[in-house]
Amino acid sequence: MLVYTVRRVLGAIPILLLASVLTFVLIDVSGDPLADLRMQQPPPDPSVIQLQEERLYLDRSMPERYWLWITGIGGNGDIGLLQGKFGPSTQSATYDIGENLFLRLGTTLRLVGAAMVFALGLAVLAGVVSAMRQYSKLDYTLTFIGFLALAMPVFWFAGIMQQAGVGFNELVGSQVFATIGDGTYQAQGQDLWGRITNAFAYMTLPTIVLMLTSFASWSRYQRTSMLEVLNSDYVRLARAKGLPNRVVIRRHALRTALIPLTTVAAVGIAGIIDGAILTERVFQWRGLGEFFIAAVEKNDSYALMAWLLLSGVLVILANLIADLLYGVLDPRIRYE
Amino acid sequence: MSETKVPPAPRSTDAESVGGAERTQLQMILSRFVRHRAAMVSLVVLVLIVLGAFLGPFLWRWDHLVHLEIPASVPPGPEHPLGTTTAGHDVLGQLMRGAQQTLKVAFTVSIMGTVVGSLWGAASGYYGGRVDALMMRVVDVFMIVPLLVMVAAIAGNVRGGTTWYAVALIIGFFAWAQIARVVRGVVLSLREQEFVEAAKAAGASPSWIIVRHLLPNAAGPIIVAATLLIAVAILLEAGMSFLQFGIQPPDISLGQMIGDARTAASTRPWLFYPPGVLLLVVCLTINFIGDGLRDALDPRQTMVRR
Repeated sequence: MLVYTVRRVLGAIPILLLASVLTFVLIDVSGDPLADLRMQQPPPDPSVIQLQEERLYLDRSMPERYWLWITGIGGNGDIGLLQGKFGPSTQSATYDIGENLFLRLGTTLRLVGAAMVFALGLAVLAGVVSAMRQYSKLDYTLTFIGFLALAMPVFWFAGIMQQAGVGFNELVGSQVFATIGDGTYQAQGQDLWGRITNAFAYMTLPTIVLMLTSFASWSRYQRTSMLEVLNSDYVRLARAKGLPNRVVIRRHALRTALIPLTTVAAVGIAGIIDGAILTERVFQWRGLGEFFIAAVEKNDSYALMAWLLLSGVLVILANLIADLLYGVLDPRIRYE
Repeated sequence: MSETKVPPAPRSTDAESVGGAERTQLQMILSRFVRHRAAMVSLVVLVLIVLGAFLGPFLWRWDHLVHLEIPASVPPGPEHPLGTTTAGHDVLGQLMRGAQQTLKVAFTVSIMGTVVGSLWGAASGYYGGRVDALMMRVVDVFMIVPLLVMVAAIAGNVRGGTTWYAVALIIGFFAWAQIARVVRGVVLSLREQEFVEAAKAAGASPSWIIVRHLLPNAAGPIIVAATLLIAVAILLEAGMSFLQFGIQPPDISLGQMIGDARTAASTRPWLFYPPGVLLLVVCLTINFIGDGLRDALDPRQTMVRR
């Protein structure tokens, strides 16, 4: 198991390296970090631009800059991923990309994590139920909801949910759902119960929005794989042995039917991160989404690269966890 | 897959022909598609929307731009069926133009992604071994980056306004990985079949085999994936434009309209709901059509009952 894990982590390094090259080249080619400064009216003094170019390492060649970005050797001490430094920012000379990134990461992971857990749980439930009652009214309803959810623009649905939350609050006459902000500030200095109610108020609506798409596609997968398993020989054997239905479903069928979903969910985390950006934008969370939008608006190349690489790492981690989960779910797989 | 069809009919797909000897394959596929009611209804609705988006602007008196004669913030009425914006746009004019731009982006992305993805996937599957491993690692890299974030970062990084084809090129550059995977999977099983063996023995070059023998036989899954890619592209473009990093004003897209109306959902709902409903309907119809095509082209992989 340990050997396998280590081998998988090592195997992820080339992919990560390739992703870093792709990210770096694309961001570097597509924009000029000093575009706004250069277009300023009246034009700034050439010495100012030169100073900024030196600060942002724009006076070096692209391969040199990539080397600097990864290792930091030959830089001014503010760059080099391997040293844990993410590079200078265009937003201000003191803006620390790494510090801000990880501060925001917590907020976003809270949303992404909650959405993933609920989407997975509900998808398994919905998938199993529709498979067991194939072609029933419930199955059709869930199928239709699935189609609707897959076609739904996340940010538009977020806006609708926000309106619904406001309407609900007015109807009840109290602030049940918070429709703006992430609630980090409000949770400070509260006891456990206060934190729980606070989290409920702030997280319910964004979580529903974010989990919808993933729930829809995962429940489809779960239904298909469950149907396949239910029609397999070993489930028939289990039934023939006279095992009660509940045991057949839970111990025999479900466990195998979860395996395909693990892969799909791990790949799907990239999509959830996409959705999180949009959801955060609507609900005005101060998470990675806000960080990202500010970075794009300010042409902050190093911040963008850091962001994209971080999300790559998250997806790779999710895939690794999925691979290790196979061993737990599927008794045929042994990691020697 | 037991009865292998050898090239004479290169456009044939691999659907099993059950008791339809007199009918051609195309007729059978068509009849299966027509039987899929949701897909047929969707096709009609989608054609109407496409016609409205591309012909409507010629018929309607307002375009998507600001006009001094248009009163500000008028709710839907006889003069302006969908109302007007604060700045003085006619919302119906905006909606038609927005849908047109969105559809242009989506179709371009789908064509680009399908061509690149099919060739990449087919080559990877056909050559196998080290080439396959390397090519699929590249696909992996494209799969791990969150698509929307990547395209928004690049489109937003380009200063000075992005037009619809720039947006389409950027999305298309990233959106081919899924199709490459699908095609590779199909080609892996196809390349072991006798007709490929025969083509090789006849001295066909790898590129000939891929383009003339493998891809036509993978047409079914490719068409389905290409259709679904249209919906993916629409949602990507909408997300980008919502974040203001897609198509730039004065041009308009549906996502941008929702982004502009984000804070006005309760005070001026006519600005917020129509573009969203249109996006939803377009994606829904495309997904249903994709589902119908899947049933028609590959009856074994049915997702919902017809």
